[in-house]
Amino acid sequence: MPSVMIRQTADGKLSFYVAKKDLEETIDTMEFSTAEKWGGEVKLTDGSLFYIDPMPAPKLPTTIRAKKM
Amino acid sequence: MTTMTREETEALINEVLEVYPADSKEERAKHLMANDSSLEKASKCITSNRKSLPGVMTIRGCAYAGSKGVVWGPIKDMIHISHGPVGCGQYSRAGRRNYYVGTTGVDTFGTMNFTSDFQEKDIVFGGDKKLAKLIEEVETLFPLNKGISVQSECPIGLIGDDIEAVSKKAAKELNKPVVPVRCEGFRGVSQSLGHHIANDAIRDHMLEGVEKKEGGPYDVSVIGDYNIGGDAWSSRILLEEMGLNVVAQWSGDGTVEEMKACPQVKLNLLHCYRSMNYISRFMEEKYGIPWLEYNFFGPTKIAESLRAIAAHFDDKIMEGAERVIAKYQPLMQAVVDKYKPRLEGKKVMLYVGGLRPRHVIGAYEDLGMEVVGTGYEFAHNDDYDRTVKEMGNATLIYDDVTGYEFEEFVKKIKPDLIGSGIKEKYIFQKMGIPFRQMHSWDYSGPYHGYDGFAIFARDMDMAINSPTWSGMKAPWLAGAEAPAAKAVNE
Ligand code: SF4
Repeated sequence: MPSVMIRQTADGKLSFYVAKKDLEETIDTMEFSTAEKWGGEVKLTDGSLFYIDPMPAPKLPTTIRAKKM
Repeated sequence: MTTMTREETEALINEVLEVYPADSKEERAKHLMANDSSLEKASKCITSNRKSLPGVMTIRGCAYAGSKGVVWGPIKDMIHISHGPVGCGQYSRAGRRNYYVGTTGVDTFGTMNFTSDFQEKDIVFGGDKKLAKLIEEVETLFPLNKGISVQSECPIGLIGDDIEAVSKKAAKELNKPVVPVRCEGFRGVSQSLGHHIANDAIRDHMLEGVEKKEGGPYDVSVIGDYNIGGDAWSSRILLEEMGLNVVAQWSGDGTVEEMKACPQVKLNLLHCYRSMNYISRFMEEKYGIPWLEYNFFGPTKIAESLRAIAAHFDDKIMEGAERVIAKYQPLMQAVVDKYKPRLEGKKVMLYVGGLRPRHVIGAYEDLGMEVVGTGYEFAHNDDYDRTVKEMGNATLIYDDVTGYEFEEFVKKIKPDLIGSGIKEKYIFQKMGIPFRQMHSWDYSGPYHGYDGFAIFARDMDMAINSPTWSGMKAPWLAGAEAPAAKAVNE
């Protein structure tokens, strides 16, 4: 379960940054993205899948746990 | 614009890889590509940040070089101890030309080399006592230092010394930051992990406990400009001229106070993304300070960057940016008018470090030159994502290029200029190809900002159009077809 930092990029996308691996990817799709429910299954542009426990939308950037699927 | 088609570039890559054993060939093939500028993600076509293959000549450095040499070393009012044998520090001392103001040996220590000079007995019995004594001596001899960092070299990690404990004790006694940095050379695959470790040490020891302060409305910081040949100075004057207040600039010509002042700024301006993105991300998360990558190479990119920076502020700053751009426009036109006719159409190959393989492309293009090949020593995926957009289609991109590959590429592509480091310089000059060191600016500089561009243009002209190149062939071999070089003052 790596710690990832999610931040908003200048072009309005979300970036997914795994500090441990120095890996920066863009989030392609995210299952939930409303103010009350945010997270779920996350697909990155390189095709890999992660899972973030759904939560109320956090203030970005934020560091959270994501599970590799 | 490029002279090679995609097929030709791919054929060249295959041809060069031919000599490798099957395994190495397969591995190296992943690090070479013919550019496709329509790609969103470069990772499909190029692999980076992998261990170099045994047996090939890599041009990379080590984690210690990334931490001591790049990130920590230029903080001028601290003493950076190269902890371990004497060589690592001594052979890299002052090599990066990070300029600073101050009295060396009194209140600033940038070009000095402090080392614990490990001997056999320190390896056998451990060096913690020696380190404690060294810190004491440093404090007695140089009482005006504002802090000390302990930069571990390889043996420290191998023998398991506890530099954290020594540093913690010393910090308490001296009431100054004493920062242990676990940047042993063997960590990671290149200097890149050293940058990361160094950033983490800044976070844990310099910004620890520093709260967000209310600063002025135009406070900014310049991060990741190492002031090589004065680069940061020729950058900050532009920011100040447009109305911003640069409260911190590091690590080039940087100080402890400036690092601690960072949490008050409105915007962190990031020059070298590769080596300082970590601390910028941290400040964004902890203090809510946005960061912006900028590029001050060549008038086109400078104007783009100044506008992007200004867009984070109000109308006053935006007008300021326009005013600065307009003020320097005639000067830049004069530079272009003078040098473009001498440099137009010349082809350049680059192989450098963190940001220059993509950032200087615009400056060459401003002079009518074309970058036909580029590559990084220690980039990651995200760097290549940013690079593919800057480079022409079908141009050659190489990651962690080996000495052999680089030479073969150059023989085939025959560029008019190569920009790389000191280890490559003499090989290519002996092959008769003009060369500029793009790490240290070949003892020249600055190259950033408007003032820097004038120097950059002059230096490139000096390298390419030097009459030396007409003397490469012995007169009796030259015959009638000897190329006549342009005299510099023609
Ligand atoms: S790899 Fe180790 S021994 Fe070599 S320069 Fe780096 S820290 Fe020193």
